[in-house]
Parts: sequence; C-alpha cells; structure tokens
Amino acid sequence: MSRTLPVLTVVAALLALWYLAVIPMNAQWERDQAARAGADLPFGQLVARTMNQDRPVLPAPHQVVAELWNSTVIEELTGRRGWWNSGSLSNRSLIYHGWVTLTATMLGFAIGTGAGILLAVGIVYNRAMDASVMPWAIASQTIPIIALAPMIIVVLNSIGISGVIPKAIIAAYLSFFPVVVGMVKGLRAPDAMQLDLMKTYSASGGAVFFKLRLPTSMPYLFASLKVGIAAALVGTIVGELPVQQGGLGVRLLSGSYYGQTVQIWAALFAAAILAAGLVGIVGTIERRTLKRMGMAT
Amino acid sequence: MTGGVRMPGGWQRLGLAVVVPGAVALALTGQGGQPSGIVMAALVAAVVLAFGYGPGRARWQRALLLLALWNVLLIAAAGLALRQTGAEGAGFWAAMVAVWLGGWMLVAFVAELRGRGGLWGRVQPLVAPLVFGVTVLWAWEAVVKALDVPRVILPAPTEIGLRLSQSTDILWTDLVQTFVRGTLSGFAIGCGAAILFALVVDRYGFLRRGLLPVGNFLAALPIIGTAPIFVMWFGFDWPSKAAVVVAMVFFPMLVNTVQGLAATDAMQRDLMRTYSAGWWQTLMTLRLPAAMPFVFNGLKICATLALIGAIVAEFFGSPTRGMGFRISTEVGRLQLDMVWSEIAVAALLGSAFYGFWALLERRVTFWHPSQRSR
Repeated sequence: MSRTLPVLTVVAALLALWYLAVIPMNAQWERDQAARAGADLPFGQLVARTMNQDRPVLPAPHQVVAELWNSTVIEELTGRRGWWNSGSLSNRSLIYHGWVTLTATMLGFAIGTGAGILLAVGIVYNRAMDASVMPWAIASQTIPIIALAPMIIVVLNSIGISGVIPKAIIAAYLSFFPVVVGMVKGLRAPDAMQLDLMKTYSASGGAVFFKLRLPTSMPYLFASLKVGIAAALVGTIVGELPVQQGGLGVRLLSGSYYGQTVQIWAALFAAAILAAGLVGIVGTIERRTLKRMGMAT
Repeated sequence: MTGGVRMPGGWQRLGLAVVVPGAVALALTGQGGQPSGIVMAALVAAVVLAFGYGPGRARWQRALLLLALWNVLLIAAAGLALRQTGAEGAGFWAAMVAVWLGGWMLVAFVAELRGRGGLWGRVQPLVAPLVFGVTVLWAWEAVVKALDVPRVILPAPTEIGLRLSQSTDILWTDLVQTFVRGTLSGFAIGCGAAILFALVVDRYGFLRRGLLPVGNFLAALPIIGTAPIFVMWFGFDWPSKAAVVVAMVFFPMLVNTVQGLAATDAMQRDLMRTYSAGWWQTLMTLRLPAAMPFVFNGLKICATLALIGAIVAEFFGSPTRGMGFRISTEVGRLQLDMVWSEIAVAALLGSAFYGFWALLERRVTFWHPSQRSR
C-alpha cells in the first residue's frame, strides 16, 4: 500500500507535536514548585518532570496509554472489585463504562435504523408522506437536536423510566434522520430503465422492492449507517451527562469535576476507540455484503 | 362520487367517511366533555366536500374545494384544541382521528396537483410540509390539554410560545453568548485555519496521502468529548466553547477542501501551464473556483456541527448564560416551557445558519450541475 508510509508519518508527526506541546503546557507548575522549594531546575529535569505529572494540564501520550491499560486490564485482573476477584466488572474500569455506553448505543442504533428504514419505505411509496414528512426530515439534519437530550433523560427519569432506555432513545433519534435521508435516496436510486425492465417482466410491487429497490439502496444504506452509528455514540455520551449512572460520558464529567485530566483523556480515547471500532465493523460488513452482491467498487 | 379508493388520498377519505359518523354517534350518546356542534358540523361538511372532490372536476372547482376543505378542517381542529374540559369522551378522540385523516387526505390531494409554474408552482411544495407541521403542533396541543399532561413532562405549544414571547431578553443574551461569541468565532477560526492548512497540504502530495485518511478517521470520532478538556484549559466563558467548535469543524473542513483542491483535471492544469500561470494565479483563477462545491459542502456540514459543539460544551460548565447552560439548568428546575423555547430558538438558528451557506453556495457555484434545473 502506497498510503501506509504517509499515514504513519502523519501519525508520528502528530504524536511528536503532542509531546512537544506537553512541555510548555505543564512547565509553569513545575517552575512554581521549584521556586517554592528554592531549588534549581535544569531544563532536562523540567522536561522529564512535565512528562510525569499527577494532574498535568496536558498529559503525555504514554500517561494516557498507561491509564488506559491500568483502568482496563490491571483494574479487572488485580483490583478488589475487578472481574478476576469479584466475578463482575469493576465500576472503576473503562471496560464497565464502555460496556454501559456500548449497550445503549447499539440498542438505540437498532431502533433508529429500523424506524428510519420503515419511514423511508413509507416516503418512497406514498406521495403524501414524501411531500409532508421529507422536508422535515431534511430540515432536522440542520438543527442541533442533541439539545433535547438532557430534557428527555430527566423527563423519562421523572416518570420512572431510567437506565438504558432513555439513552437509547437519544441515540435512536440521532441515528434516525441520517438513515431516513440516505435510505430514501437509495430506494430512489434505480433509474427509469431498470424500473421499466421490471414492468416488462410484469413484476409485482413486492418483487420490484425486494429484487430491485432494496439491493440498489445498499451502498446508500451503509454510508448512512456509518454516520448513524457515530451519531448514536455521541448521543449516548451526551445522554449520560445529566443522570450519573455509569458510562463514558460520566467518566468525562467526573474527570472534569475532580481535575483528573488523565482520566478524561483515557475516557476520551476509550470513546474514540469504541467509535472507530463500531464504524470499522459497519465498514467491514459493508465490504463483505457489497462484494457478495457484486457491487464492490 | 368521483374517483375511487385507488386515487391518492382515497383510503384516507374512506376512513374519514367511516370515522365521522362514528364520532357524531359517540358525541350524541357518550358521557363527559364532548366536541361542540360546530366541530361536528365542520367534520360532516369535510366528508361531503371530500367526496365532491375528484380528478373529474375542472381545475378551478378543485382549487375551491381544497380551500373549503382546508377551512372546515381548520374550524374543526380549532374547536377541538381550544375548548377543553380535561375529561374528554370517546367522541373527542374519534373527532381527533377524523381531523388527522382529513389533514392527510388534504396533503395527498395537494401533492397530486401538477405544478404549473408561477406563484402556485412555488407555493405548492410548501403546502404539504406546512400542513403536516401544523397538524403535529395541533395534535400535541390537543392531546396535552385533553389528557391533562403535567407541565413538567410535556408543556403545550401555546405555553411554550407564551414563554418564548415573554423571555425574549434572556433568549437573546443566551443567543449572543452561544452563537455570536462561541459558535461564530470558533467556526471562523476553525474553517479559516482548515482552508489555509489545506493549501499547504495540497502542495505536498505525501502530506495529502497521509492526512486524508487520518482526517477522515478523526472526523468520525466523538470530538465532542474534548469539551471538558477545553473547559479546563480556557475557562468557563466563550473561548472554551470556541475551542471545542474549532476542534469539531477543523477536520471535516480540511478533508473537504483538500478534496476540492484536487478536483481539477490534468487538462485544465496543463492549460494554465501553457499560459505560464504561476501557482498563485492557477490557484485564484482555476483551482479555488473548482474547489468551491467541496468547500461549501464542508461549510454546510460544519455549520451544523458548530452549533452542536457550542451547546454541548456548555453542559460541561459555563457562565450563567448561554443556550446549553439554560437548557441544563432549566431542566433541573423542571421549567420545561423555557427548555422548549430555547430548543425552538436553537432549531431556528441552526436552520438559518445552514440556509445562509446554502444560499451563498447557490450564488457562488451557480455553474455546478447540482445547482442547475431548479
């Protein structure tokens, strides 16, 4: 692959920039400490210390990796409440919080995608729905619907629905609209020639749908599924902020309350890994499916 | 009777014909608060008008019938939504269903009319979404009032509208704080930096091959999670919100601009070379104009992301103003009408910001195929 070397170079450059930025961002605190102790601080020592602060302004990459390792594998294997010693996931580990976020994301994504596909079918087959609902579905893409999240959580909580369902609802409506818009485009993708061919076969409505429209829509569906699953994850994380019942969003918020910067960065990277993994899985399914359907490009 | 069940809106009309007599019967015999006689008369009139309508009629007759249908449905809907006792009987709910079916039928009729250009051709595409929006708002209002839903769960649209008109000064300070200070400054810095950086990236093929996949990857990540970090670095006020917005818009904008700058083909670039045009001249006269559709695509994506970023960043800490701050605190105080007004403002703002870039795109990239044949 001709892209591997450039990509690796760019990633290495980003890491180097990060390490360079760590020094000036954390230097002030070290200088203050040294001045208070009346000690002399040579530059080499300053650099070494900025890399290993307890509560750095900007943690160094190796600190974040260490925190990720400690709060997943080490915590579960050696922690008192870890999986090895207690049989259940520790509520101090990112595996537990990531799992809480993942379940809500997947449930919401499934609901949102299913409802989105159903509405798209309705829009394609019903002129009235097309004329009345479709403009709103498109307009809803431009508004910050995530602003509804805290209200949905609190209201559902006040009528006794808590846990995974409210977060899943937010994830569902964030992934719903991209799927509707993409799927409508996909179901309309067959051109007049192909539709005419089906007509010459005197194909029934069901046959046109299952043998022409649905297969043609697959590339569009997968493109919007990738957008949708990333949006569902963001929705779940924001949905975890108002009610503190575990999840990566809670780790982000509690980290910012207690000034635990390393914890915030570790949670951020856990969320990024989760997002990358989910999008990657959808991408793999997309490649396999399109290949078997003979539509791979 | 003209037209059967198979015509558009046909089965909604059939449903209407079944539901309305049922509603009348229930209203006459049932207990509790029932819809008034005016509502019932309007619904019966709607059924009669609907069966008078059909493809066989002349154009002006159909237009008149549609207008009359719209009016009687409006009368019935207003009667249902405004006069309520909180203890509605079955007749009320049947009438609700009838009005919903009537609205759907109206939309189906209107969607079927062939546009003729001119004023009607412009208005027609707006009628159906408008009717749908009004119907949803009306059903929300009527159901909330009829079921006596507590205001801490779902306020009625009229209450939200009242609150919206009463607290314009608070909403305005929030808008200035979140949109003008946070979103706009972050959007300008982020998109500007991304475009400048794209020009640099574009000069080096190696950098482009490396940055595009990384940028695409980063654009899919939940960048919003950086909000607590920026709040710690830049404080509670708007600079931290602007920083989150910069982080959110930078990579989508960069990827789009780099792709746009690569959109010219070799023939066009060769032509510029035969003119012995320099890098700067080629950029200004060929490559930047050719990149505009991509740039505007990026700007439109970023317009949505920017407002989301600024609002969510305020959930992590903010001064005592701003849309995100207001939403999270008023939710805590269960002042849901205020929350909904804030959301309405955010929705209007988001669409307006997006619409601004879409309009500008039409003016700037009028030559592009996607802008033609409108």
